[in-house]
Amino acid sequence: MTRLTGGLIDRNAPLNFTFNGKTYKGFQGDTLASALLANGVQLMGRSFKYHRPRGVFAAGSEEPNAMVELRTGARQEPNTRATVTELFDGLIARSQNHVGPLERDFLAVNDLLSPFFAAGFYYKTFMWPKAFWEKLYEPMIRKAAGLGSLSMLPDPDDYDKGFLHCDLLVVGGGAAGLAAALTAGRAGAEVVLADEDFALGGRLTMESDLLDEAAATDWIASAKAELESLPNVRLMTRTTVFGVYDHGIYGAVERVSDHLAVPGDKVRQTLWRITAKRAVLAAGATERHMPFADNDRPGVMLAGAMRAYANRWAASPVKQDSDAIAIFTNGDDGHRTAMDLIAKGANVLGVIDARDAAPRFGDYEVFAGSTVTGTKGRLGLTSIEITRNGQSQWHNVGALGVAGGWNPNVHLASHHRGRPVWDDSLLAFVPGPNGPAGLIPAGAAAGKGGTEEALSDGMRAAITALSEIGVTASEIALPKAENMPSEQVAFWHVPGTKRATKKRAWVDFQNDVTVKDIALAHKENMTPVEHLKRWTTLGMATDQGKTSNISALAVMAELTGKSIPETGTTIFRPPYTGVSLGVLGGGDTGPLFRPRRLTPTHAWAEAQGAEFVEVGPWMRAQYFPRAGEATWRETVDREVLAVRSGVGLCDVTTLGKVDVQGADAGEFLNRMYSNMMGTLKVGMVRYGLMLREDGHAYDDGTCARMAEDHYVVTTTTANAGLVYRQMEFAHQCLWPELDVQLISTTDAWAQIAVAGPKSRELLTRIVDEFDLSNEAFPFMACSELTICNGLRARLFRISFSGELAYEIAVPARYGHALMQRLMEQGADLNATPYGTEALAVLRIEKGHAAGAELNGQTTAQMLGLGKMVSAKKDSIGAVMSRREGLAAEKRRLVGFKSVEPQKQAMAGSHLFTEGAVQDMSTDQGWLTSSCYSPHLKGYIALGFLENGDTRMGEIIVAANPVEGQTVKLEVVSAHFVDPEGGRLRA
Amino acid sequence: MLIPHPLLGLRDSQEFTYLGDASLMQRPDASLDNAEAAFCDYVFLRDNPAGVHRELWFHEQGDRSWLVVTRDTTTHEILGAELASDVKGAAK
Repeated sequence: MTRLTGGLIDRNAPLNFTFNGKTYKGFQGDTLASALLANGVQLMGRSFKYHRPRGVFAAGSEEPNAMVELRTGARQEPNTRATVTELFDGLIARSQNHVGPLERDFLAVNDLLSPFFAAGFYYKTFMWPKAFWEKLYEPMIRKAAGLGSLSMLPDPDDYDKGFLHCDLLVVGGGAAGLAAALTAGRAGAEVVLADEDFALGGRLTMESDLLDEAAATDWIASAKAELESLPNVRLMTRTTVFGVYDHGIYGAVERVSDHLAVPGDKVRQTLWRITAKRAVLAAGATERHMPFADNDRPGVMLAGAMRAYANRWAASPVKQDSDAIAIFTNGDDGHRTAMDLIAKGANVLGVIDARDAAPRFGDYEVFAGSTVTGTKGRLGLTSIEITRNGQSQWHNVGALGVAGGWNPNVHLASHHRGRPVWDDSLLAFVPGPNGPAGLIPAGAAAGKGGTEEALSDGMRAAITALSEIGVTASEIALPKAENMPSEQVAFWHVPGTKRATKKRAWVDFQNDVTVKDIALAHKENMTPVEHLKRWTTLGMATDQGKTSNISALAVMAELTGKSIPETGTTIFRPPYTGVSLGVLGGGDTGPLFRPRRLTPTHAWAEAQGAEFVEVGPWMRAQYFPRAGEATWRETVDREVLAVRSGVGLCDVTTLGKVDVQGADAGEFLNRMYSNMMGTLKVGMVRYGLMLREDGHAYDDGTCARMAEDHYVVTTTTANAGLVYRQMEFAHQCLWPELDVQLISTTDAWAQIAVAGPKSRELLTRIVDEFDLSNEAFPFMACSELTICNGLRARLFRISFSGELAYEIAVPARYGHALMQRLMEQGADLNATPYGTEALAVLRIEKGHAAGAELNGQTTAQMLGLGKMVSAKKDSIGAVMSRREGLAAEKRRLVGFKSVEPQKQAMAGSHLFTEGAVQDMSTDQGWLTSSCYSPHLKGYIALGFLENGDTRMGEIIVAANPVEGQTVKLEVVSAHFVDPEGGRLRA
Repeated sequence: MLIPHPLLGLRDSQEFTYLGDASLMQRPDASLDNAEAAFCDYVFLRDNPAGVHRELWFHEQGDRSWLVVTRDTTTHEILGAELASDVKGAAK
């Protein structure tokens, strides 16, 4: 154990966990990384490409090395950073990306082969033979270079989405963020404070700084208590603001129960969409390192992280307490780590400071003007080589902290292509002036990283932000704090690793990019940062190069002889850290993927044992199987024959309904439909065809004129929303001068088709004194009426099946009861419910077009409806329907009968003359719909055939090359049933 | 994005359906001699400016207004939003 004293862990709450099968003990407040360190575990994983042994490098979400797989079974989660994984009792973690035990990874052979895996090796090595890439190289590389593995089981947890609105969003709960939230909270503003950590305080929890001459945790606790007491402030820990979107919208993920073994009745994570009038970016800063030879051994980590582990988690970075620790720095900050470690009783060898005039802040050795030029230790650091003026000496150390300066976390400020600007005094990029509107950087994120300046900058940012939205906030009393010394020099990496063959200095740990790789990219002229990134894969790993991008820029700047800002800047894009696909789905999975619409008779159909089918958003009854029916075809054939010989009932509520009212309703519909609607008599229905403005057929339906100024029009189920939108467009954007009002009533009316020769007899039994005789209520009549003793209803004598048929509509809440009543009253008539399959067979037998024929590629002429496009008036699509290209189209909708009646030609098959070569040039059209016709006792189809209307009786071939099928068909009229229409008018 | 609806105030763009260039409101006169050519332009040709763009949005999950929104396509800044029926009415 290498547990130190103090820290923000609860020693009264011990927790057991396992790592690679071995059980360890940690405490409440630990992360997986801090608990492993405190147990003397340095080796936590293997690198991506070379499978080099790696230890923890950072103490936050920027971690490149310590990637683990958590949990087991369906909750197994790969690529989780041990540094942000909160410890819980029973946590099971495994290292990843190795074959065999972590200590003896068989794929470590890659490291010996590293000369073959230099930058750009993908592009150079695996190019030949070409076919090998897909079949051999890529799967092999993916397997070897993979990170964690997926469980391949469905995620058992729930996710949610939430929406928040506030005056001020504060991103980050450190010194600047807390000061901003307190300032805004006291001013009465609606505040959301989000921090990715589970504890508030940010860097304050990791430093030894005093606030008001007491531990910083005292002030954090009082600030937290005050913010919690304010009703206008919402504190959100474990919440990462990952992206800035347009107009002050921020994306955030709250990890609601990632820190629990199982979520229980909570969701796992919530995706928040936060609309904020203003935001303060108080995201802090990330430390950078200085590449030197063999700098990737477990035990080498960021000096600030080392300090954080010691102060917050009381964890020492070494395997045994007696092991020495050294710090390598280019500025004062590294000395702080030495001081804090000494205060905790650690064995500090000293500080290696690249500056000749290195200061000393306490009782430790300073190696001034020195650098680290080598390390030893196969699975963990054992010694380092310190070099001064060419003189080298090896020292035994168990851990080395590297302090290369701090990079402000400018990520969110560059999400709208806001370019960070170089600050020469800070030796870092800070947010530029052209960041997202309303986002104000503060504290360390703005380059003001001293505790005193972060606190006051947070307050200033909140006051400025609120003043922009008309809220006056006053200055608040901030705790007394200091800015620690932060002098540094521009020292980016230890020279001597660009070309030497044996010495490699890592820049990007997770993707194994070395100084030498950057030199190679430069040599191959991949000098722009965009090329550098893609050639070397630098910054492309899951950490997105948070600890490596600036170091890489500095190396490239040195190679090109340009300054760092001249070399380039990194434009960060969302997300700040990885966001799980599960939470982006937000629970919209499986049946919850989209709302499911149920028809008014759904429950009734369910009780009848119906099978259902998805039709757009609707669930519709597909067929109603009865006992003894072995196949769906048997059921559908029975339903079809019942309609043709007796009476059938089908819920057709899903067809779109639009109520059109107003003095100009007729004129409006004249312009919407290709045919005349204004001349329709009150009490009559007309079939209508809509075109798209480009002249193609769009949608069809019926227009029923209920009164002089009132039409009810129907659309296809699929286009219900689109046609309504198009009608509103025409009304508001084209002809607002017309007196017409539109409303969609699809859901307001339940509509049931009553079809078959006995339909009139059945309806007579439910209407209230209404004359249904052919004379009084002929084909295509419509009327309002009452049924079942006073229920208001609408009756339309229209037919999709070709039989004597009606559609009856009642207010939706009576749909279920109407179906029941019709079934009761029709028992002796053998009233038969039918589903969408029978509906389709009936309409194919009658030759009616549906979605497959109105597929957006066809015209009125092709459908045999060319005469419906009135030349007497303008309507949507009329002009374009007459253009040469469409007018010359010769394919026509016809019917087809299989020559061998029991052989089906599949819809989608293409049509050819018998014996012709089958290719594009001989293609004569295609089949749109096909089914078995119980009426004709054989397979039939509809389709578009070149000059089809003049080829009746010809035998042609339907080819389905996908399934190697050809079927001989006879060309016939599309009206297989009652071509004269006598049944409709009976 | 947030759309400043002239009647309802700032509304989330998720409530809207986007159509495109507001020139779609200038439907040609079908009775003209060159109607077919005019419709060809109307249906198939659109400007696609980098910068200020007037475009049609339908408040489908709201009050069903068609709006003419003026938006800078390079910054997504919304410079204004009007009811399409007002725009069309004023042009007559």
